[in-house]
Amino acid sequence: MAEFLINSAGLPEWLAWTITAVVAAVLILNVIAGGALVFIWAERKIAARIQDRLGPTRTGGRFGWLQSLADGIKLLAKEDLMPEGADGMLFRLAPYVSFCASFCAFIALPFAFDFVGQRLNVGVFFVVAVLGLEVFGVILAGYASASKWSLFGAMREAAQVVSYEVPLGMCVVVPVMLAGSMDLVTIAEKQAGWFTNWYLFHDPFTFVIFWVYVTCAVASVNRAPFDLAEAESELVAGFHTEYSGLRWSYFFMAEYGSMFLVSALAAVLFMGGWNGPIPVAKLLGLSAGTGDTAGYFVRLLGMANLLGKATLGVLVMMWVRWTLPRLRIDQVMTTCLKYCTPLAAAMFAGVMVWQLALPGGIVRGLSRPAGEVREGWLEGPGGKAASRPAADAAQKVAEVAR
Amino acid sequence: MASAIDDDPRIIEFDVRTDEMLVNMGPQHPSTHGVLRLVLRTDGEVVSEIEPHIGYLHRCAEKIGENLTARQWIPYTDRMDYLAAMNMNLGWALTVEKLMKYEVSEKARHLRVLIAELSRIASHLVGMGAYGLDLGTFSPFLYAFREREKILDLFEEACGARLTYSYITVGGLTADLPPGWLGRCEAFLDQFEPIIKEYHALLTTNAIFVKRTANIGVLSRELAIEYGCSGPVLRGSGVDQDMRRDGEAIYTAMYDGYAFEVAVMKNGHYPRDHEYPPVPADAVLGDCWHRFFVRMLEVVQSMDLVRQAIDRYSACKGTIGEPLKLTEKIPAGDAYLETEAPKGQMGFYVVSDGTAIPWRVRARSSSFSNLAVAPELCRGCLIADVPAIVGSLDIVMGEIDR
Repeated sequence: MAEFLINSAGLPEWLAWTITAVVAAVLILNVIAGGALVFIWAERKIAARIQDRLGPTRTGGRFGWLQSLADGIKLLAKEDLMPEGADGMLFRLAPYVSFCASFCAFIALPFAFDFVGQRLNVGVFFVVAVLGLEVFGVILAGYASASKWSLFGAMREAAQVVSYEVPLGMCVVVPVMLAGSMDLVTIAEKQAGWFTNWYLFHDPFTFVIFWVYVTCAVASVNRAPFDLAEAESELVAGFHTEYSGLRWSYFFMAEYGSMFLVSALAAVLFMGGWNGPIPVAKLLGLSAGTGDTAGYFVRLLGMANLLGKATLGVLVMMWVRWTLPRLRIDQVMTTCLKYCTPLAAAMFAGVMVWQLALPGGIVRGLSRPAGEVREGWLEGPGGKAASRPAADAAQKVAEVAR
Repeated sequence: MASAIDDDPRIIEFDVRTDEMLVNMGPQHPSTHGVLRLVLRTDGEVVSEIEPHIGYLHRCAEKIGENLTARQWIPYTDRMDYLAAMNMNLGWALTVEKLMKYEVSEKARHLRVLIAELSRIASHLVGMGAYGLDLGTFSPFLYAFREREKILDLFEEACGARLTYSYITVGGLTADLPPGWLGRCEAFLDQFEPIIKEYHALLTTNAIFVKRTANIGVLSRELAIEYGCSGPVLRGSGVDQDMRRDGEAIYTAMYDGYAFEVAVMKNGHYPRDHEYPPVPADAVLGDCWHRFFVRMLEVVQSMDLVRQAIDRYSACKGTIGEPLKLTEKIPAGDAYLETEAPKGQMGFYVVSDGTAIPWRVRARSSSFSNLAVAPELCRGCLIADVPAIVGSLDIVMGEIDR
């Protein structure tokens, strides 16, 4: 778009880039915020169905589809409360930190082909790192609230999220190693074709590590059974005990934004991103490069695919939340340090060995589709050629984990 | 006053101490079952001491009882254990009848058993569902309430009220059952029976649930007896006592000819334990899991009793008879009777000087003794265990404070 503005409209470069950035930011912000509203509504309806209730039924006519918006208006209209002993500036700042961290990560998330806020060559790294910033908002909120329950919640969050970043980083590095790139667009493009090309089905190790990723992702966005930071039966509401109105809703939006983000990330890293299980567009003879209308159609199809997978992930998280009891803090830490981290490390090593023995995965390794070009270093005859990327990847693990 | 040691930075550096923190859990905390206030002395997540503070729901019920006639006081007993008001009514009615040496008709006796056991199911359903809430799972609570609603519907049909029934009263019951009630009750039992398996799947055998409850808050047999615990708390510790079998003649006569086994572990086995999920390997007799499991067993036991009571009640000819007059005179003397309420042994004491209004009324609450043991159980546990332990005692503040 920036190139178009510079070349066709003749705008100066700085203006063109600024306009592009604003347009992209507004698009992402609104799509995700709107998505969060839909998810909040969906969670209420799904929870209701799981629990044999109806959920919202009146607001906005059928299905209560305007309920989130009505709630939003209610939250806007609420009195702006702050505890007397609270640290005013930090108390006000905290929700925005969480919110920004959660929403900024979407910049690097590709929705389809070139539908991406900013294509980064370290996209994976950016998303995981920025998402990790969310914990600062929570810690600030807990500290600034001047409430003991909030402090407990913040400390739990700090311990939990920092611990789970380690196995999460290891899980994320596996697709990076397979694709040979940290660029999310490249990773997704490598999985084009039938669903057997997805990294989920690449080899047994990636299949296992996907589930480790799911566990860690749920834990790092504080969803049940790992929702210790807000554990309502123990800590009243944890870090947001003292928050109300709009500020509280920012935490809420951040939570749903993060849920969607980790699901979308799982879709891109393990489930082919915008490539559906069946390459419909390819079978129809269309690709993102063929013509304007057809290309646009293919992109929209891809976007629907990605959003569908991400939504599926969010729905699974909701399902889990309304089914399982909550773990205790020591059990959460044990799950991370005793099970997830060693398992992720073992699977990571397994994937490395697999890459040397049978590069290209089970299906692709045995019958490779014609015309597919693979990176030379992945195809290396083993030994020397493959040891370097492995060392690189190990270094990346250390970086991400840090 | 700063000494030389305090000023030496090296010494402070190696003298990192964490401070204890006093936290108020309640009276407005979500998991304290009403208005219980627990003062927690914590060091981080570890609780070194808890101290229950009661009295937030005190309504001088006993004193009021000394200004009303025995039958007029029945509604006040409703509000003691408001989750099992029928059993409270029964306890007081039987105590007064014991003093008056009054015997109700056989039909009324069987109807009382029927209603009391149905009420026990309702109470245990709330206890079970709320325990799920304490552990952070919301859905079992609503599944439990869904079934409880059906019991309340039956009660509403019988006496017109859904919570505070005043149905069982001195000298019998306020009304006989409406036509068709027994059929609807049987239909409910048939429909309810398979649902208990769902509860076992969602809670009793759930891995996280077992992790949160097994070997937590272990109440030894001796301690349970020392503190005067009763009901499922006592039986969960392996003490074979049930007032329905071991109580005074006027109470046990109600259950004459009824076949039931006290839900207590004997020689490592619960009665009919082949029908239920096995005891998890981690569970220790007297822990939260066993207390919970005993309650689940009692639900099934009560269902059997209700079925037997339906048969006996419908076999009886005639009417249930009329209850005593509101202003019936009570002979001079005193009487004390403990009955097996769902939460434990509920005792009533009445002293009369020969008039219609008792001279002294006193209630002995089982929840009070059960709560008294909580500080012993919570010593050295984690914050998350406090709701788990207090929830497993299944207390009702209305009964403690009266």
